[in-house]
Amino acid sequence: MARKHVPEEPSGGFGFETRMIHAGAQPEPVTGARNTPIYQTTSYVFHDTDHAASLFNLQTFGFIYSRLTNPTVAALEERVANLEGGRGATCCASGHSAQILALFPLMEPGDEVVASTRLYGGSITQFGKTFKKFGWQAIFADFDDPENVRKAITPKCKAIFCESLANPGGVISDIEALAEIADEAGVPLIVDNTLATPYLCRPIEWGADIVVYSMTKFLSGNGTSVGGAVVDSGAFDWTRNDKFPSLSEPEPAYHGLRFVETFGDMAYTMHSHAVGLRDLGPTLAPMNAFLTMNGIETLALRMQRHCDNTQRVAEWLSQHPMVDWVFYAGLPDNPYKGLQEKYLPKGAGAVFTFGVKGGYEAGLRVVESVDLFSHLANIGDVRSLILHPASTTHRQLTDEQRQAAGAGDEVVRVSIGLETVDDLIADLDQALHKAAGEVDRAAE
Amino acid sequence: MPEAAAETRHDDYPNAYLLGILNGVRTIAMVGASPNWNRPSYFAMKYLQAKGYRVIPVNPRAAGTEILGEPCYASLKDIPDRFDMVDIFRASDAAGGIVDEAIGIAGDKGIRVIWMQLGVRDDAAARRAEDAGLQVVMNRCPKIEFGRLNAELSWGGFNSKVISSKRRRVSLS
Repeated sequence: MARKHVPEEPSGGFGFETRMIHAGAQPEPVTGARNTPIYQTTSYVFHDTDHAASLFNLQTFGFIYSRLTNPTVAALEERVANLEGGRGATCCASGHSAQILALFPLMEPGDEVVASTRLYGGSITQFGKTFKKFGWQAIFADFDDPENVRKAITPKCKAIFCESLANPGGVISDIEALAEIADEAGVPLIVDNTLATPYLCRPIEWGADIVVYSMTKFLSGNGTSVGGAVVDSGAFDWTRNDKFPSLSEPEPAYHGLRFVETFGDMAYTMHSHAVGLRDLGPTLAPMNAFLTMNGIETLALRMQRHCDNTQRVAEWLSQHPMVDWVFYAGLPDNPYKGLQEKYLPKGAGAVFTFGVKGGYEAGLRVVESVDLFSHLANIGDVRSLILHPASTTHRQLTDEQRQAAGAGDEVVRVSIGLETVDDLIADLDQALHKAAGEVDRAAE
Repeated sequence: MPEAAAETRHDDYPNAYLLGILNGVRTIAMVGASPNWNRPSYFAMKYLQAKGYRVIPVNPRAAGTEILGEPCYASLKDIPDRFDMVDIFRASDAAGGIVDEAIGIAGDKGIRVIWMQLGVRDDAAARRAEDAGLQVVMNRCPKIEFGRLNAELSWGGFNSKVISSKRRRVSLS
């Protein structure tokens, strides 16, 4: 039976735009500072030894040491949790560390996570290679048919992991169907929502249990700060089976405290701070938290313009004589158009791929010929970005993995920014012509 | 249906309702308070004491001893002093009896609020308490709600759902 999800109003009754500016950021009470201060401090003074003991025992709320919590980072955590409709969030140094932190309370050596073959290439490498060193096994499946996911689940499976909108393939996951499969298996569904952001898609509303982010991308938005986040819906019952002893059984490092019994629906986020950040240590710097929070204050405006510009560029490219194909879920003939209308009705995001006639060589020439687009390995910036995945971000993958991830030889990935859209089109046009000319000359 | 309406009302509480209770109450009888320092009830009692509440522990197995400096009693009616609120730290099936005991002595002791802890809910008992003129909160923790409404829960990265540009007054404590 499918779960009923988040009946409770997660927003306190306020609209998205109000919350992206105000959530987590009441005026600082001592000075009245209206913007959230950057608490550039490593540690916090105790009132007395009893207060210190209460903090270390997790008996009271407060700050000990910035590896675990910091007021600026906490303000960002609340903002992200609020926008996603979650119970709490843990922010961390990068999207990659968010993926480790998200799985850390769930996995023991020998356990498995079923993950999509369409994950971002860097994630495929992290899951497939580095996680093995922890004894964590990633089982990759083609999530386009949710039945493949069901078949990949064994008794050792502790989580299902996908992206709402995959990078760079533009593939959209059927979150509601996957949530049902996860629920039947008694494990949480974790969704990477980096490319969609809570403005375009809120996976928890479709039944996801945990949402992870690279905040480096659209949340911070200006390409200033690397950061990650793990948002917990608070809806998963960690005591429903015996799969999650870190949350349901006594924790030796806290004198036998049981996280679920003591913290209820806050258990996962408490564990992520008190054990995850404490012992893995990927802390987000307060300065980066501040910049990311400033970015989020304009998220709705930016994402809508990102989507509008991207739709224009994708439509224009799909008519271009030197372009073989354009893969963007916002285009009418795209196979994910239906899922886009269901899960991301405001727009298909700002990242997509296209195939240049002339293969690998032509792809390279295009990224080298642009002038306004920046040739670099990032997405989700106000600036338009371009990359040839086969020769860069997806280089570590095998040919089959590259094809599955939508990063074949001829593929060019773009992340469309907020510049004047006609200028972006003009730049791509001259680059495509230049590339075609050079490939022709090389062939002669 | 009035019953359905009552149940829905207890699914979620307006912030103002909870704040009214937490700001009005001074003395809390905590039924199920544990002398064991790593039990959730001990956490809650210690936190509420630090926020200025007097918390009187009620636990037949610890009666006659002290928990966090307060004498512990076997039952609500054994408490010699007056108290504003009963906080029930027991399983849901034990809540009804405690509520009825509280209703019986409410006038005598000055009880105004029945609060059932996170995970504890008994809609029929809640109705009896409300019919007797008491305010009721179920399936919530007063520590968590105090922390949430005073921006302390936010320190742990939690969604307080509180949006405000008012500057909070900092009390001397």
